[in-house]
This record gives sequence, structure tokens and C-alpha cells, in this order.
Amino acid sequence: MDKTVPPIQILELHKSFGDLEVLRGIDFQVNAGEVVCVIGPSGSGKSTLLRCVNLLEIPTSGKVLVEGIDLTDPETDVDAVRARIGMVFQQFNLFPHLTVSRNLTIAQRKVLNRSEDEANETAHKVLERVGMLDKVDEYPINLSGGQMQRVAIARSLSMDPDMMLFDEPTSALDPELVGEVLDVMRKLAEDGMTMMVVTHEMGFARQVGDRVVFMDEGVVVEDGPPDEVLLNPQHERTKKFLEAVLQQ
Amino acid sequence: MKKSTKVKVRRGILYGTLILIFAILVIAADWPTIQKAFFNPEIAAEMFPEVITVAAKNTIIYTALAFTFGLILALILALMKRSDIKPYKWIATTYIELFRGLPALVTIILVGFGLPIAMGVRIPGGTLGKGTVGLGIVVAAYMAETIRAGIEAVPRGQMEAARSLGMSKGAATRSIVLPQAFRIIIPPLTNELVILIKDTSLLFVLGTTIATKELTKFGRDFMNDTFNGTPLIVIALMYLIITLPMTRFVAQLEKRAARAR
Repeated sequence: MDKTVPPIQILELHKSFGDLEVLRGIDFQVNAGEVVCVIGPSGSGKSTLLRCVNLLEIPTSGKVLVEGIDLTDPETDVDAVRARIGMVFQQFNLFPHLTVSRNLTIAQRKVLNRSEDEANETAHKVLERVGMLDKVDEYPINLSGGQMQRVAIARSLSMDPDMMLFDEPTSALDPELVGEVLDVMRKLAEDGMTMMVVTHEMGFARQVGDRVVFMDEGVVVEDGPPDEVLLNPQHERTKKFLEAVLQQ
Repeated sequence: MKKSTKVKVRRGILYGTLILIFAILVIAADWPTIQKAFFNPEIAAEMFPEVITVAAKNTIIYTALAFTFGLILALILALMKRSDIKPYKWIATTYIELFRGLPALVTIILVGFGLPIAMGVRIPGGTLGKGTVGLGIVVAAYMAETIRAGIEAVPRGQMEAARSLGMSKGAATRSIVLPQAFRIIIPPLTNELVILIKDTSLLFVLGTTIATKELTKFGRDFMNDTFNGTPLIVIALMYLIITLPMTRFVAQLEKRAARAR
């Protein structure tokens, strides 16, 4: 991959739902190997921004470039680009009618046209990486929330993605299960994965993030190294938000 | 009077009334006549084995073919109804409203006689072909709505997860959404199958030969030949033998679903 082309580049992005403008002109970029944590109050548009990166939400105007490919161009094969972007959801979204192993192999088989053996081999490898190999034949319903999320991360990894998007990956978890998921994400970051993480976990953002982006009311308010944004915020809105979060 | 005594008295009166009504029925009814008219073992014996080898077999074949044809048609209609392309949606909606609104008998007559007489269009396969198409058209209208509801009951995140892995909309629908939707709708679909089994009795209007009679026509003809009600009891039992396991199966599924919740 060309190192000079950023994995994610967003130009002048607007997104409206009916009369409600959720994103009001976002310019933003994630560089190769970078971990960018997006924080902000609910309704600030951070999840919508993340979902625009793989076109789960269709931008009203502006450009979304992934590895230099313009996703908003109608001629672009969006499915092919999505296959290279892993996405982890707040609600896990594992396929409940399939075993863990089939959850990991179905897209490999159908999208990457891998053979069954090859797909299974990859599935085993990534399940081992997230510490879930012993549950390979279970159905999702028999797993805890933390285990489900680790399997969901493994499902994305099984596609050998170039980058990963995380949409509040620990928000639906019981507090005691948050750690195991964050550990997996920390390891991923150490392995050099390009990551864009929408999160409320300030500790994770500070320790693991290369950059923290604070969003409010559909715009990027602050964007910089974690210590600067979290410990020495320049904007009133950032200060207010961090105060409110730290009081919890 | 104490409240608990009041409840006991009321229950006593209700039980007493029930016993009284039964007693009157038992004393007043002419049991030997009833037995001769409806439970005549000789006439019942005469119906075998044809009631199974012809009539029940035909009922099951008509049901199976109409259900298969209807299910395929219903799936197409359900997907059309969810299409972004408006005319597809309108066609599906019109179809569903039309054939749910008409009596099944009218649709069967339309397919069996209306098309051949008015337009010279003949559905091949005789009673079996016409019956399959006629009943299939009707049952598809009901099942299309059931399937659509099933698809909509699958959380949106399932489609999003599949799409985010690079699967096309079609592939995601086929291997992620539809399998889950069908799991959800097995109980209502089985209910529609039970209704369909009973509706095969309408196919008598198409005219039948000895070989194509289903249970109801078979029983009615036997009744006319013998001037006796026993054939109706026999075919009633046949219907129950076919439908009871299914309704029990649905009840089981619903119980299990309720427990999982």
C-alpha cells in the first residue's frame, strides 16, 4: 500500500437526516497505523461520521476517500472497499443463526472466495488472537457480551482488513466485561492496525490513541494528541464535556 | 357471606349447570339413531383403504404443491413489497390486497374456468395443476405479508454487519436476513399451512374424477351413496390426524420462544 495515501480522508462532509443536519462540514483524516479516538456528547455526530466512512450512511455532500478511492463516486465498487474496512458495532451484530466459526467464514467464502479450509484456518488464527478459540463451535447466544464483542472483532479481522472502525464497542457491555474487549483492541493497536474508535473510554483514548478528536454539534472542535486534548483542552465546549465525563 | 364462600358457591353453580345440560343431552338424545347415522362401523370400513390411498393422499399432494408454489410466489412478493422501485411495490401491494380480499373459491373458479372460458388459457395438469395455481395464488397473498413481517423483525444491524463485511445486498439478504426471518415465521407459516390443508376442500369445484378426489369430496360422495353421516366423521378424523401434529408443533415452538424471551 502506498504510504502517502491516507487510509481515511474526509473532505467537507455534510450529512442530514431530513431537516436535521448531523454533520456540518467535517474535514478529517486517519493516517496509516494511527489510532484515532473520536469522543463527544451523544448526538454530536461521531457515530454518523464513523458510519459514513464505510458508507453505511450516505453523505449528503462532501467526499469520503478510503485509500484514495472516492466512495461517494457512484462508479466505485463500495462492496469491494467495505471488505477491506473492518467494522465493530455497539450491539455486536453477530449472526445468531450461525456458529462462531460460520460467523467468521461466511464473508470470507462469499466475498473473498476463499476455500472452506482456507477460511477455517484464518478463522482459527484470528479467534486465537482474541482468545476465543475454545468457543469456535458455540452459537452467539451462549456467549457473554464481552465474548460476543471479541468474536465480532475476530469476524472483522478474518477479512484481513487494512483498517478497523469501532462504533462504541464497549458501551453495551457490563462494566466488568469492558476490560477484555479493550485489551484485544490495545493489542490490535500495538500490532499496527489503523483504527478509528468512537468511544466513551477516556482511559483507552489516552493510553492507546495517537490522536483524540472531540466532536460537538456536527463539527470537529478539537483534534490533537491525547494529552493535549484531554488534559489541556483549548475550547470551552471540550472543557465542559470532559468535566461532565470526569464527574461520573 | 365470606368472600371465599361466595367464590365456592359460584363455582358450584357453574359446575352444576354444566352437569345438568350434559344430563339432559344424554337422556334426550336418541343414541342408537345417532350411532347408526354417524358411527356405523361397516360403512366406515368400506371407505378403507381408498380414504387413505386416494383421498388423504390427494389432500396432502394438493396442499404440498400449493404451499410450495405459494411460498415461492410469496417470497417474490415480499421482496417486491420491500423494493426501492415504486412500481414493484405497488404491484405487490395490489396483488396482496386483491387476493386477500377475494374469497378463495372465486380465485379457484377464476383459474379453473375463468381463464379457459374467457381467454382460452388452460393451466396444464388438470385438477392438480389448476388447484395448485389457484390455491397457491391465494395462500401467497397471506404468506407474503408474513414473510415481509419476518424480514422486518430481523434487526437492521444484521444487514449492516453483513454489508460492512463486503457482502452485496443480495448475498446478505439470502444468507443472513432470510434464514433468520424464516426462523421467526415458522409458527405463522405453519398456521397458514393448516388453513391451506382445509382449503383444499374447495377444489371440488374444479370437478373431480375418482382418482383426483380429496378428502371432503370423497366423504361427501360416500355420504350421498350410503345415505349415512359416517363418512363425514371418518374424514373429519383424517383431517385431525393431519392437522393436529402441526398445531401441536406450533404450540411447542411458541412455548419455546416465550421461554427464550
